Amino acid sequence: MQQTRSVELGTGLFVLLGLSALFFLTTQTTGSSDFSSSDAYEVTARFDNVGSLKNRAPVAMAGVTIGRVTSVEFDPQGLDAVVTFMIDARFDQIPDDSDASILTSGLLGSQYIGLQPGGSEFYLEADSEIQFTQSAIIIENLISKYLFSQGSDSGSK
Amino acid sequence: MFREAWLTFIDFIRTFGALQLFFLRLLAATPSIFFHRFGLVVTQVYNAGALSLVIIMVCGFFVGAVLGLQGYSILSKFNAEDSIGTFAAFSLIKELGPVITALLFSGRAGTALASEIGLMKATDQLSAMEMMAINPLHRILVPRFIGGVISMPLLAAIFSIVGLFGAHLVGVGLLGVDAGAFWQQMVATLEPSDVYEGIIKSIVFGVVASLLAVWEGYNAVPTAEGVGRATTRTVVISAIAVLILDFMITAIFI
Repeated sequence: MQQTRSVELGTGLFVLLGLSALFFLTTQTTGSSDFSSSDAYEVTARFDNVGSLKNRAPVAMAGVTIGRVTSVEFDPQGLDAVVTFMIDARFDQIPDDSDASILTSGLLGSQYIGLQPGGSEFYLEADSEIQFTQSAIIIENLISKYLFSQGSDSGSK
Repeated sequence: MFREAWLTFIDFIRTFGALQLFFLRLLAATPSIFFHRFGLVVTQVYNAGALSLVIIMVCGFFVGAVLGLQGYSILSKFNAEDSIGTFAAFSLIKELGPVITALLFSGRAGTALASEIGLMKATDQLSAMEMMAINPLHRILVPRFIGGVISMPLLAAIFSIVGLFGAHLVGVGLLGVDAGAFWQQMVATLEPSDVYEGIIKSIVFGVVASLLAVWEGYNAVPTAEGVGRATTRTVVISAIAVLILDFMITAIFI
């Protein structure tokens, strides 16, 4: 009897320890607990070029993450990219003429959407579309622009 | 010679098929044993899980500590020591946690199962049970199988957590990486799907390692030599199966 009790005690302790380890892994080590989709609203924006923007990329205003990208799709009619993203419902006073640009964190870091506040008195709400957008900066384009401008400069002289 | 190779191949396929049928028989008996003979399962969770805790925690700690050291020596070349938490968490949660735990588990618990069952067979205890109209599959094999399947994911999670603790101790305590950066970078980079991948791996490995241990023991040649061989085969085949499955599951998730 005594032995059964200690076996049961050991098993109980082991299972508790294991379950708390699982719980810790799923809740504490990942960034999933930012906000859930229930307290966020969706906004879309059209870009000529999204670069390498991915799902779950951050949406930041003044450098602070306020939302996440939920989908990046190609629009066959407009021939541009439609990016949908969630913004935390706490931030419901963002002017609707704010502009969205695709920025890169660091020189070679991952890309994110940066919002610049506008001056409108109306606010972004669910399903509204951001009108002013700036595409991702493609390094190859920059380089070629630089090279060609060099060439034309020397030609005109 | 071709004929022999062909026969070996056929034999392999037949054993593989028999293993699947054996697995289905275990699964079919699992619910009734789990609900009606829960005491047996508890004992086996104790044998397979609680008694493996020490080896799992010690190995986890040192694997994590070594990840901290190695990660630091590589990442500091790129001035990215702060990513040491991400590095350790990714390797531990997705790969090393489930895989090393499965290998240790088959070495610690799998061999114990195989030799125990093999010895029961060699000493005619299983036959004696059948004479008493007790199905050894239900009384002996299924509780051990369930015990292993329950223990493995818990052990893998404990391994990962203890490993993270080890990496933290070495990275933050010994090498002076900022504690905030360690956690913040890890939390920012790790996605829930990474954690789920690790958990799914540990469940699959638990099923495979327990199944192979029980199967090898049950099919051991009932001699001293046969039991020894069954024990060895448990470790070898489990290790191969775990590493192949690891590759396949990783390929699915990427």
